[in-house]
Amino acid sequence: MNKPRLSAKETQALVARSIRRRYWAEHRFRTYGLGAVIAGMAFLVYLFFVIFSNGIGAFRQTELRLDVFYDPAIIDPAGTRKLEELQSADYAAVVRAALKERFKDVEGRAATRELTHLVSGSAAFDLQRAVLRNPSLLGTRETRWVLASDAVDLTLKGHVDRALPEAERPLSDRQLGWVDELRAEGALALKFNKGFLTSGDSREPENAGIWGAVAGSFFTLVLTLLLSFPIGVAAAIYLEEFARKNRWTDIIEVNINNLAAVPSIVFGLLGLAVFIGFFGLPRSAPLVGAMVLTLLTLPTIIIASRAALKAVPPSIREAALGMGASKIQMVMHHVLPLAMPGMLTGTIIGMARALGESAPLLMIGMVAFIVDVPKGITDPSTVLPVQVYLWSDSPERGFVEKTSGAIIVLLAFLVVMNTTAVILRKRFERRW
Amino acid sequence: MTPAALLLALALLSVGAFWIGKSRSLALVGGTRGVRHLHSLPSHYGLMTALWCALPALAVILLWLAFQDAIILRLVTDHLPAGVRDLPHNELSLVLNDVRNLVAGNVPPGSVNESVRAAAAEYTRMRGISRMALTVLIMVMTIGTILWVRSRITPQLRARNRVEVVIEWLLIGCSTIAVFTTIGIVASVAFEAFRFFSRIPVLDFLFGLSWSPQMAIRADQVGSSGMFGAVPLFAGTALISLIAMLIAVPIGLYSAIYLAEYAHPRFRTWAKPLLEVLAGVPTVVYGFFAALTIGPALRGWGETIGLNVASESALAAGFVMGIMIIPFVSSLADDMISAVPQALRDGAYALGATRSETIKQVVLRAALPGIVGGILLAVSRAIGETMIVVMAAGLAANLTANPLEAVTTVTVQIVTLLVGDQEFDSPKTLAAFALGLVLFLVTLALNVLALHIVRKYREQYE
Repeated sequence: MNKPRLSAKETQALVARSIRRRYWAEHRFRTYGLGAVIAGMAFLVYLFFVIFSNGIGAFRQTELRLDVFYDPAIIDPAGTRKLEELQSADYAAVVRAALKERFKDVEGRAATRELTHLVSGSAAFDLQRAVLRNPSLLGTRETRWVLASDAVDLTLKGHVDRALPEAERPLSDRQLGWVDELRAEGALALKFNKGFLTSGDSREPENAGIWGAVAGSFFTLVLTLLLSFPIGVAAAIYLEEFARKNRWTDIIEVNINNLAAVPSIVFGLLGLAVFIGFFGLPRSAPLVGAMVLTLLTLPTIIIASRAALKAVPPSIREAALGMGASKIQMVMHHVLPLAMPGMLTGTIIGMARALGESAPLLMIGMVAFIVDVPKGITDPSTVLPVQVYLWSDSPERGFVEKTSGAIIVLLAFLVVMNTTAVILRKRFERRW
Repeated sequence: MTPAALLLALALLSVGAFWIGKSRSLALVGGTRGVRHLHSLPSHYGLMTALWCALPALAVILLWLAFQDAIILRLVTDHLPAGVRDLPHNELSLVLNDVRNLVAGNVPPGSVNESVRAAAAEYTRMRGISRMALTVLIMVMTIGTILWVRSRITPQLRARNRVEVVIEWLLIGCSTIAVFTTIGIVASVAFEAFRFFSRIPVLDFLFGLSWSPQMAIRADQVGSSGMFGAVPLFAGTALISLIAMLIAVPIGLYSAIYLAEYAHPRFRTWAKPLLEVLAGVPTVVYGFFAALTIGPALRGWGETIGLNVASESALAAGFVMGIMIIPFVSSLADDMISAVPQALRDGAYALGATRSETIKQVVLRAALPGIVGGILLAVSRAIGETMIVVMAAGLAANLTANPLEAVTTVTVQIVTLLVGDQEFDSPKTLAAFALGLVLFLVTLALNVLALHIVRKYREQYE
């Protein structure tokens, strides 16, 4: 009450003065908000840009054209043509001979070693496979594209700075000269990298592929789905349709909500201590991985399924009961089919989360270096995100590209799953 | 039969049981025309038979498989030469591991010695016998129960009620799995943690200032006792989470405000899902992104202004984790802001407040408890996040508050202690479970608190 009373004019002037400031604050506040949204999206765009620009190269691999002579003197000196002889022959020598034929002036051991390092170690296996498939190749000549080594591949893709001193480069001056020569005559080219999508893991970047991890993810995810969907739906039905409200169901509800927020690595500890330590299930197996991921995704599926059941109007239930259906018949024949699209949407989202999950799987040993593609749910295997983790840990520069390539494949799967969920929701969503 | 084949056979038998039960009930009343004389639908009689066939057999199979391995190993151990049998417990378990690996075909037969090969052969033989016995048992059991149930079917039998009771119990069983998971987590993690605390005092663990879990192999080696003071890990976790929240809370909150209050509905419909994509990206991708791009970039910037930034700095990991958490904060805050009744806003407008004044002084104040709850959930997420810190944060326990240095976190240490070659029963392995227990309890407390706050808030406006 101490303030002097202002006249109407003075008040107007005061407001007019402050209104600029207030509008300016309004404008500023709004810009901050827009800025925050844009910042969030900028991070997203930048993340995708980094991954794609790094990873797109993984789908192409440098190959080298060689005139191979399947020399019987090297492969089958005894002339027996026996399968074992052909299998254990020194195909690296065949590759070496082909290279030396192309570069006739290369002399000495060091130079020869440098020359053979242009070609991937897998080229010999490639020739071996060709000969085993068709032994009549012996003694003939063939022009073949074989995988170049990782260092050549990096150079061709422009990841190697030629200005660096020789010791810090993967290729020596001499090797660079050969590469340029081969390139000029078209004997070095980037081709679609089929091996990346079809082969298992390898210590050599140029041979490493994701098929083993994809197969492991497939087994793990299918098993997770088979376990978690029926259990999740059954639990949701019980809680939503049958359970009376009492302390026991309260405990279950609180538990589900809390489990949804428990760090995933804790589920890994559970899997390690109980499934592997107590029940003696095999380590590194999709079976155990799927059991852990089931526990991890159950809360998501239960919560989504309950929401779907809640959305079914009570009139449907009353109509079914009125026609003499039992409670189970009412749920199974009427409520469940109507809630199914919502449940499936929730399940797909849960599966997408399970596909990207890696921390709990590290705990149960799905992190081993595994070359063989798994064939069943108890074979040791790894999954896509763990493969990403393993490769990102490798010191070779070539694996940066492979890691990003594997991430692109992983993201592609996730996009497909989430789009399916969205389409499902749009197509079957019913407003009552 | 292998377990998979046995399960398949059981499934086929159950289908057969269904048809037997169904046709039996129909035959009793003279075909479909007499169906009104049956108490339940014919399919209920079929279902009852199938459930009787499948459920007991399934239980037997699961129990058998759970204990088969342990019993066979026991028997195989008795067949090992005396010299091997008398080995200390952990060496014996290594030998048995070889046996198992050989049986599974993980190692070539040439790489192990004679006694292991003999034991593996014995194991394979025993397993064959066990599988045969199980198959015979299951066959006898299922066919027996099918015939028994078939003989008990009468038109008056209340098949539907019986089936429904069983189904309801199955539903109850499924819903309790969540409770059993929690019990399993607490029991297993706490059990191993207590074994750890029996060797390392709890107080040393909780308040010790240095962490170096490397245990020496021989007792007389230098630094032979590992140090298990977890304070540097807690501090590192707190530092990285703090950085993450400093990124995520302002950006998340401002975007939620903009999307809820200012944005055109069309902008909102595509901007909101796009922001949420950030939450759907696997964390391993963020980890790779942090290690590949952000870490080196920060280091480079630091060099240009003369700062020494570790390439695995807390800042890089925290920054990327913050990006990941933005959508958690923004979508929760968005929900809370949208839940504020329009009448409150209208009241503020009527008093002449601008929109930003309304938001700051009315809407945010009304939504504050909910927003705080959401932020607490985000904090619990940051503390438990694993892959980003495993890939982008350091390994060495460093007690520092400098965000430019490398620190390590609880989750990183759990992973490094448990991945790779493990010696069971060593404090090193058990320490991971003690850390896991702390992690579980802290996140649990945060979640319970946050969910409580959010629920209270929701009730207020409903």
